Amino acid sequence: MDFQPTEDQKALRDGIRSFCEGQVPNERYPELEKSKGFDRALWSELAEMGIFSLRLPESEGGVGLGYADSVLVFEELGRRLVPGPLVWSQLAAGLVKGAADGTAVVGGLDQIGGGDGPCMVEHLESLDVLLVLRDDGVYQIAPRTLQGELVEFPLDPLTPVHHVKSLPKGEKIADAARAKRLRLEGAALVAGQQLGLAEGALDLANEYAKGREQFGRTIGSFQAVKHMLAEMFVRQEAARAGAYNAGATLDAPEVADVERAVSAAKITAGEAAIRNGRSCIQVHGGMGFTWEVLAHYYFKRAWVLENLFGTQDEHAEKIADLLTVQVQA
Amino acid sequence: MDLRYTPEEQKFRRELASWLASEVPSYGTPPSVHDWPARRAYDTGWQKKLFDAGYAGINWPKEYGGRDATLIEQLIYFEEIAKANAPYVGCNFVGVLHGGPTIMAEGTPDQKAKHIRNIISGAEVWCQGFSEPVAGSDLAGLQTKAVRDGDHYVVNGHKIWTTFAQIADYCELLVRTDPTAPKHKGISWLIMPMNLPGIDIRPLPTLEGEGEFSEVFLENVRIPVENLVGKENDGWRVTNVTLRFERGTAFASEMINLQAFVRGLVKLAQKITSHGATAWEDKALRRELGHLSGELESLWAMVKLSVCEAKASGVPGVGASAVKLYYSELYQKITELGLRLLGRAGLSRSDVAGLPAQHLLNRHLNSLSISIAAGTSQIQKNIIGERILGQAKDPAPAKA
Ligand SMILES: Cc1cc2nc3c(=O)[nH]c(=O)nc-3n(C[C@H](O)[C@H](O)[C@H](O)COP(=O)(O)OP(=O)(O)OC[C@H]3O[C@@H](n4cnc5c(N)ncnc54)[C@H](O)[C@@H]3O)c2cc1C
Repeated sequence: MDFQPTEDQKALRDGIRSFCEGQVPNERYPELEKSKGFDRALWSELAEMGIFSLRLPESEGGVGLGYADSVLVFEELGRRLVPGPLVWSQLAAGLVKGAADGTAVVGGLDQIGGGDGPCMVEHLESLDVLLVLRDDGVYQIAPRTLQGELVEFPLDPLTPVHHVKSLPKGEKIADAARAKRLRLEGAALVAGQQLGLAEGALDLANEYAKGREQFGRTIGSFQAVKHMLAEMFVRQEAARAGAYNAGATLDAPEVADVERAVSAAKITAGEAAIRNGRSCIQVHGGMGFTWEVLAHYYFKRAWVLENLFGTQDEHAEKIADLLTVQVQA
Repeated sequence: MDLRYTPEEQKFRRELASWLASEVPSYGTPPSVHDWPARRAYDTGWQKKLFDAGYAGINWPKEYGGRDATLIEQLIYFEEIAKANAPYVGCNFVGVLHGGPTIMAEGTPDQKAKHIRNIISGAEVWCQGFSEPVAGSDLAGLQTKAVRDGDHYVVNGHKIWTTFAQIADYCELLVRTDPTAPKHKGISWLIMPMNLPGIDIRPLPTLEGEGEFSEVFLENVRIPVENLVGKENDGWRVTNVTLRFERGTAFASEMINLQAFVRGLVKLAQKITSHGATAWEDKALRRELGHLSGELESLWAMVKLSVCEAKASGVPGVGASAVKLYYSELYQKITELGLRLLGRAGLSRSDVAGLPAQHLLNRHLNSLSISIAAGTSQIQKNIIGERILGQAKDPAPAKA
């Protein structure tokens, strides 16, 4: 057993990190905001980096990597707040034509356990295909057939949402087992993004605390602030372990219970993203409450991701169900 | 990131599991916590069994009688020990987990010959005489004095919180040998035999109602100079060696045990009813316990990750403080659920109405020490904030 990222994995992570730093520097956020969080040129470049085709076998034109590799990639995308239906498009690779090479932008809705009533759809105007996970299978819907209204003020400035009255049935493209599986994989990949958010928020707060002075000393020298940062670090490390564990368990399902590992990751990383976002705002004081400082982007994106592929509460109930079965055995 | 075990690792696990399956059930149940001689015999007897079977000192080098297991095998060891519900390291804690390793790293050939084998085979019990009434978190402020008199040190002072002092044979003793030097520069690390004249041990009842730790008064205790570990006045460096071992994987088995504890809570919740429904049907409880159980899963992954990082770099991962902080908080939250389930039955510390009050209360009371012992949570946060995140230290206190 060697749970550490391999040299290849570190190289992959570093490559994606410098790509993201180059393509989505802080100065770009206002512009991305104007284009409603979507830029086709950026999407093509992400596709060229192999982000969507990462897990597709080489024989099908993909990169042929695994889940743990993907978690590392999504960690970096999260850290730089890269917008768009990234996870859905990777999930769709091999299932929807054009998803892998970025020519089709694929979004989605996880309706397992839910109905076809009113719902919120992210990035609808940018989508070429909308996937819907339902109890009985995976469906594909043409986004143009949806009747929805663009929400005037989305929570996350980089994640536009439509309020859709009702979902058409669409075309069934895969069975129930596949739908369940995509939900599981999606949760693990989002946990990677959440880990990245938690890290980005800590980095931002930590640097600010080294530079900002009050009472003649840096605010990071005050224990109240220093300990807040340390708590952010602990949450970040728990999220890292949780998200990597989910990826590595998906890669080696014979070793442990995949569902438990994924739910644990979504819980730990979800909590880290939300709470580190909140602490990041607090460490910045009044600056943290402004639009200009990135702190609120981390916080808001954390809530977008919380509501993807199961909330912390839903995953906690899932683990409780698994415990019930374990106890009976 | 590969979670699969190699064939050798699997073989190690199978052999250990089958040895434990044959030895644990016949070893008997732990004696009453108040019966100190019996506790010592129980803990050291198990240590001897481990030693005879080649499972003692799992991370110790072979030349010292250890197993010299890889870090991954050590993880497997902790998992299997916990799964088999084998006796915990108990009063061998100080000797096996940090006293012995410190002597291996810093001791003289004579000290090694005298103590190492005895520690690993359960023949010697050790305690730790670091903390003092005036020196807790600020350990380097310790004042117990040692004055050279021929080939002896004459020691006077007052130690406190010394766990297992009443049954220990030897003590890791920190003393001040140079009162004029800056506080980190005048400390020495001594091996103190606990049977010397002038040592007065007074057990302090803990909030659990037991004498786990004691005050130790030292009055003109004569310790041979040959018992000095490392150089005179170089004790702070040696202390950090000890603390590094102490803060290593000491809690690993306990973490796994918590998973079994959580399953116990589920069973209990299925039994307890109110308003015609079991507690386990309560969605709020299911969510809370499910959440904590998920965090436990991530905690163990955190341990695995830091062990694998240590394997690669050769030094214990910087994450040890984060693991301890996360673990203490989880331990306290999980065991607190036990008290909430008990409700008023938890007003009694012995079992009432078929509910395991004794066990649940003991675990929660015990959990309160984890955020204090071996560096308080606040100190761990200082360490993370300053050494990992690079924030400025607190300004130095004003000179008196
Ligand atoms: C169960 C148990 C067993 C123990 N066994 C042993 C043993 O065998 N041998 C031994 O030598 N010691 C032992 N100890 C002692 C233990 O190491 C100390 O209790 C610990 O280091 C804290 O020191 P203190 O008790 O003096 O508390 P203090 O240092 O007085 O701390 C009191 C409070 O102040 C906070 N505080 C102190 N300094 C700072 C700071 N710089 N920043 C922020 N907050 C601060 C602490 O976090 C704590 O909340 C044991 C303790 C316990 C609870």
